[in-house]
Amino acid sequence: MNVSPVTPSLIAEGLCKRYGDVVALDGFDLAVPPGTVHGLLGPNGAGKSTAVKILTTLLDFDSGTARVAGHDVRGQARLVRRRIGLVGQEAAVDEILSGRQNLVMFGRLYGLGTADARSRADDLLASFDLAEAADRAVSTYSGGMRRRLDIAVGLVLTPSVLFLDEPTTGLDPRARNEVWQTVRQVAERGTTVLLTTQYLDEADQLASRITVLNQGRAVADDSPEALKRQIGGDRVTVTLPLRVPLGPTADALAAAVGVPGAVDPANHAVTFEAGAGVVVLAEVVRALDAAGVVPEDLVLRRPTLDEVFLTLTGPRQRAAAAPTTKEDAVR
Amino acid sequence: MTTLRAGWIITLRGLSHWARQPAVPIFGLLFSVMLLLVFGLLLGGAMEVPGDGDYLDYLLPGMLTLAMMFGVEATATAMTNDVKRGVTDRFRSMPISAAAVSLGRAGADMVNAVSELGTLVVVGLLIGWRIDASVGSAVLAVALLLALRFAMIWIGIFLGIAFRGGGTTSAVQVLVWPIGFLSAAVVPVETMPDWLGAISAWNPVSATATAVRELLGNPSGLSGGLLDDHAVLLAIGWPAVITAVFLPLSARAYRRLRH
Ligand SMILES: Nc1ncnc2c1ncn2[C@@H]1O[C@H](COP(=O)(O)OP(=O)(O)OP(=O)(O)O)[C@@H](O)[C@H]1O
Ligand SMILES: [Mg+2]
Repeated sequence: MNVSPVTPSLIAEGLCKRYGDVVALDGFDLAVPPGTVHGLLGPNGAGKSTAVKILTTLLDFDSGTARVAGHDVRGQARLVRRRIGLVGQEAAVDEILSGRQNLVMFGRLYGLGTADARSRADDLLASFDLAEAADRAVSTYSGGMRRRLDIAVGLVLTPSVLFLDEPTTGLDPRARNEVWQTVRQVAERGTTVLLTTQYLDEADQLASRITVLNQGRAVADDSPEALKRQIGGDRVTVTLPLRVPLGPTADALAAAVGVPGAVDPANHAVTFEAGAGVVVLAEVVRALDAAGVVPEDLVLRRPTLDEVFLTLTGPRQRAAAAPTTKEDAVR
Repeated sequence: MTTLRAGWIITLRGLSHWARQPAVPIFGLLFSVMLLLVFGLLLGGAMEVPGDGDYLDYLLPGMLTLAMMFGVEATATAMTNDVKRGVTDRFRSMPISAAAVSLGRAGADMVNAVSELGTLVVVGLLIGWRIDASVGSAVLAVALLLALRFAMIWIGIFLGIAFRGGGTTSAVQVLVWPIGFLSAAVVPVETMPDWLGAISAWNPVSATATAVRELLGNPSGLSGGLLDDHAVLLAIGWPAVITAVFLPLSARAYRRLRH
């Protein structure tokens, strides 16, 4: 028993979907074991929403197969729908009704009796901090409240698989933290979560595994730790005063720090991969000091999504495809 | 979850919309009443009904029929809003049938139609409309009016999905106004130029309006012809044909949201 592999909650194999001439998914593969949070990371237009819509039976596809909670999304759509909760990229709640009315209505549509639907609504309103606004029209809610209601609706039935399409885009840090907290709680109760995001940081915070999607294909599928190792962890960016020559200074810093830097002439800056974070930062500071250079700016930051793709899709290919790219490797 | 039960829950949702935003149905009602008053009191004096008959008695069944037909706009707009705001996607991701969603829309719209008919009848009686009918024919008249409204629901759902990108209201109005008025609803067809009269006589709106006139003992403004002789049959047939065409089309449009 314990040697047989667990049947994944979500499987996609070779999914292809085109809208006219646009190829949205181009052989997309995914496997998510039950009870885990899986991050689907990609920039605008990567195909994240398309993948979510296909897996939640909202969208048909051209080729490939997909199974959710053990059922085929095409042939057994009704069974799939019984097991999933969906929080789409755009809030999909009734604007005219109140938050409570939304939860009761969707609860009843999921098959709860009126009394059960009411008490479930009360529970969800309380745990999503919406009790005070429960009887106001949703059109008066803030973006964060609407998001929370949207997530609450997706959880009415405690689904076995919950889909969250960019659940924190457009939220302030506090609201984002609340959503993160909710996702963790949901996962603790055994629900499998597929979460799409444009932020490496968010996927890192929540997911035990991350699939990086680019132009409709999975370009990486790994644990956050492995991915970060692959893309080199944090970055230290030094912005130099204009009177300090960029090239020679960057070379001197690279030699002192012991890692190659990426020169960005447009911003008169150089960036170092800082796998060990503060250690590299300290070395950069020492090297700057030794060279007698006072930087304009000095930051330690997470890699941007751009840098993730640069690394994962190969800098040489990228540089060849886009010769004006800002970053040119320096040895 | 049965389709009927899910449909009923979605109907209740439509009714809650009106309870929370009463201005929407109230302005809908006011519009119908205003149209009735404009034609009945303002323009009515200049209208002649061929044969013998009072124009107000001629007009009322026509107004009731137009109100049913114009209902298509409410259906289409509600449908477009649901698709645009993601509510339809939410329904589509849930374990309920597509039929339940349409049925729910239909239920709410039929309730609205009944309240609209009630209001227009009361206002009509207040300004002097006379009915001369048995209870049976009055009930049949109401049923025919509601049959037309029911048929319009499927056109409305179809157009609401087809024009989900925008322009639903204008598209529906461009369709509805000429069709509504190129009929026996407010102008007797025998007073129209021959070719217009011939087109108007074939309009489903004319069929329902004429049938209701005949059932309620109101002047039909007609002296023989297919419409005059078979009004009730036509008023049953037209909605049946419209439903037979547009119910499958609306179901297909809904399914094609998957593409
Ligand atoms: N209905 C549609 N018609 C035509 N093209 C579409 C449609 N929906 C998506 N696309 C295209 O398919 C590609 C993938 O879109 P998708 O919405 O899946 O991306 P995404 O990763 O969710 O992006 P975002 O981060 O902006 O939400 C894009 O190029 C998009 O323009
Ligand atoms: Mg998207």
